[in-house]
Amino acid sequence: MSATQVQQTDEKPQFYLTEDHHPENSTMLGFWLYLMSDCLIFAVLFATHGVLGRNYAAGPSPADLFDLNIVAINTAMLLLSSITYGFAMLQMERNAKMETLVWLGITGVFGAIFLALELYEFYHLIHEGAGPTRSAFLSSFFTLVGTHGLHVTFGIIWLITLMVQVGRHGLIPENRRRLMCLSMFWHFLDVIWIGVFSFVYLLGVIG
Amino acid sequence: MFGDISLTQFIFGRLTWEAIPYHEPILVVTFAVVALGGIALLGLITKFKLWGYLWHEWFTSVDHKKIGIMYIILAIVMLLRGFADAIMMRIQQAIAFNGNEGYLNPHHYDQIFTAHGVIMIFFVAMPFVTGFMNYVVPLQIGARDVSFPFLNNFSFWMTTGGAIIVMMSLFVGEFARTGWLAYPPLSGVDYSPGVGVDYYIWGLQVAGVGTTLSGINLIATIVKMRAPGMTFMKMPVFTWTSLCTNILIVATFPILTATLALLSLDRYVGTNFFTNDLGGNPMMYINLIWIWGHPEVYILVLPAFGIFSEVVATFCGKRLFGYASMVYATCVIMILSYIVWLHHFFTMGSGASVNAFFGITTMIISIPTGAKMFNWLFTMYRGRIRYEVPMLWTVGFMITFVIGGMTGVMLAIPPADFVLHNSLFLIAHFHNVIIGGVLFGLMAGLVYWWPKAFGYKLDPFWGKMTFWFWQIGFFFAFMPLYVLGLMGVTRRVSQFEDPSLQIWFIIAAFGAGLIALGIGSFIVQLVVSYLRRDELRVISGDPWDGRTLEWSTSSPPPDYNFAFTPVVHDHDSWYDMKSRGYERPLQGFKPIHMPKNTGTGVILAGISVVLAFAMIWYMWWLVAVSFIGIIAVSIAHTFNYNRDFFIPAETVAATEDARSKLLQERT
Repeated sequence: MSATQVQQTDEKPQFYLTEDHHPENSTMLGFWLYLMSDCLIFAVLFATHGVLGRNYAAGPSPADLFDLNIVAINTAMLLLSSITYGFAMLQMERNAKMETLVWLGITGVFGAIFLALELYEFYHLIHEGAGPTRSAFLSSFFTLVGTHGLHVTFGIIWLITLMVQVGRHGLIPENRRRLMCLSMFWHFLDVIWIGVFSFVYLLGVIG
Repeated sequence: MFGDISLTQFIFGRLTWEAIPYHEPILVVTFAVVALGGIALLGLITKFKLWGYLWHEWFTSVDHKKIGIMYIILAIVMLLRGFADAIMMRIQQAIAFNGNEGYLNPHHYDQIFTAHGVIMIFFVAMPFVTGFMNYVVPLQIGARDVSFPFLNNFSFWMTTGGAIIVMMSLFVGEFARTGWLAYPPLSGVDYSPGVGVDYYIWGLQVAGVGTTLSGINLIATIVKMRAPGMTFMKMPVFTWTSLCTNILIVATFPILTATLALLSLDRYVGTNFFTNDLGGNPMMYINLIWIWGHPEVYILVLPAFGIFSEVVATFCGKRLFGYASMVYATCVIMILSYIVWLHHFFTMGSGASVNAFFGITTMIISIPTGAKMFNWLFTMYRGRIRYEVPMLWTVGFMITFVIGGMTGVMLAIPPADFVLHNSLFLIAHFHNVIIGGVLFGLMAGLVYWWPKAFGYKLDPFWGKMTFWFWQIGFFFAFMPLYVLGLMGVTRRVSQFEDPSLQIWFIIAAFGAGLIALGIGSFIVQLVVSYLRRDELRVISGDPWDGRTLEWSTSSPPPDYNFAFTPVVHDHDSWYDMKSRGYERPLQGFKPIHMPKNTGTGVILAGISVVLAFAMIWYMWWLVAVSFIGIIAVSIAHTFNYNRDFFIPAETVAATEDARSKLLQERT
């Protein structure tokens, strides 16, 4: 707004701009608001897990089910992917298209490993008879972790789309804005995962 | 033969001919009327070759003004449906005494009260409010459009998609019989195995996406796109209440989405969130749904408060009394609305301390609301009041709403609530605040901003008829329900044993009849005003001697709203401009940067309706196809980088010159 300083005269103030008015771009604010709305969806799932997470219905408990080793590797994959996304953004700032694409690709690979490990875990649990229908605890566990996983899946689809678009049009302002949005989304998922890891897995196993 | 059956089942899921309610005469007649009306409408559109016009100028439009108008048309159409449900219930309850079962069986009656609630809240009040915010907010803040014009179009079509899903349930299958919030375990798959609850869930989910996105869009618009000089404390009050409402939307609709998603998982996958066994907890649903549901009523009423504030200031010819206190009251209501949800179920039995906390927070809300009421009264005090139709609605609101507010405080007292819970007293209370607050506000806003949108005023005689029928009809229809509630009559009952109650229901039905006349007068008003539009024309663009920026441009405004971006010095900025000798600029026009129309919103919402329909009827192949369709169309849309254009300076000059000529002819 500083560019549009109003010249105040005593008699007749200026009531309109004779020059073009360019309001600030709202995309970052809008996307941040979307993330907060998404955060509330997770808040509901966390709250539900908080209320129902001990209702085992005479079934297995977290201590019986969770293999913290896999979860630790999984967490490492996701945290690394956040770092590599950061590297991609640094390259974007340097206007280096190829390097940006490479780091984005590495991010996608880490994300895919994360998803594969999660799917393996789910498969294993369902195979043992601890599927989402077994108890309220397992319903809330599968829904919370699964919703996060779905977000990561969409994140990877989005990442691939953006890589194609950057490849095609280069680091033009539209693509930079989109990369920023995905960056916020990706780090947001990381933060959510830290919550999942701490509250669902660690506190669950301590019981 | 068997191969055939499994193939039909594969294709149509659980949809069979039995789902078409041809054995219900009421529905067959309704269908015939809707079908004939629909064919007539489509025929007329085709005859006058309007399809191209509708598609290019309206359906694909990203202009916030056109989207706002479409929202309000949707709301008015759905109001007729919701009111038809209401009057059917009133007639049923008025006659179902002394062994007479009435004309609606319980199965049908239960669907009607559910549909009535769902439609009135989600598809009348919400689109009506969103329509006004869309139309008015960018004009009030001196912007040329919203922050995300495409998203705006998409949001509208998702809301419409939700309405279409709910309307489909009338003729294909059934609607939920659970009440408008679908409490489990009744709404679980054990007790509601049919498609009714699924229609409910998917209708709300599709519309909910639209609502959340439009909330994000309008917050970003208000925060980022205000004209230079318009600080937060110089924003018009309607913009302030819109900001608070949209913050509430973004802070609550995701909760509704998540809660309904959990209910769907219970119904589709067999999880145990809200079941009675295997550790499920139905009260979890009821807590979550009211954490959305209570702010929702403030989402509806805050914009109405904003409309009243604009109307009072304009028609009393004064600055709004206590602008700053109005803003703070709005913000306080916004925050408090989030910490009162438990008063909807004091009878859950969470103990005296918890109930006391929520009872007290509820009563505290009446303080900022009361402050607003006094602000409006003090604005009227020593004002030059013009009792035009919007002002009538405002005064009617002040009387009616205070009564509803006081019965609300009564319900906020937990011991009293244990007696009144789920009684007709509650029904009377929330109709009192929603009709007396929200609906009266929307009607006031419609008459107030109609000339802005269409360039002519609404006929005042029929406007007054509408107001008086509604106002008197409201008291006849709902005061008896307070009496019945105090006598212990519960809600959602279709037949009665005690003949002494009947007279009250007859009075209530009479009131509903008066409201029907009110709605009739409203439609007559629209028609009469259209026919008399040349006499009612407003050339100046400022028919009410308005005070805010939307009245500074022509009525209807050009596509670009303002040829030059206004500069704001005071919170009644147009009044300020008029009183300090503002002169309309006549030259020096520049090309104006505008967003392009797109059909993607219509397409995405259309596929979403198909997806919802497929989910409701278990057509899994169609679920997969439509889901992939949505992803593919969304991704394809992002490959379009060419989204804007310039209105050439010559076009702007021509538009503005045409207006100058009109203004000269008048003088």
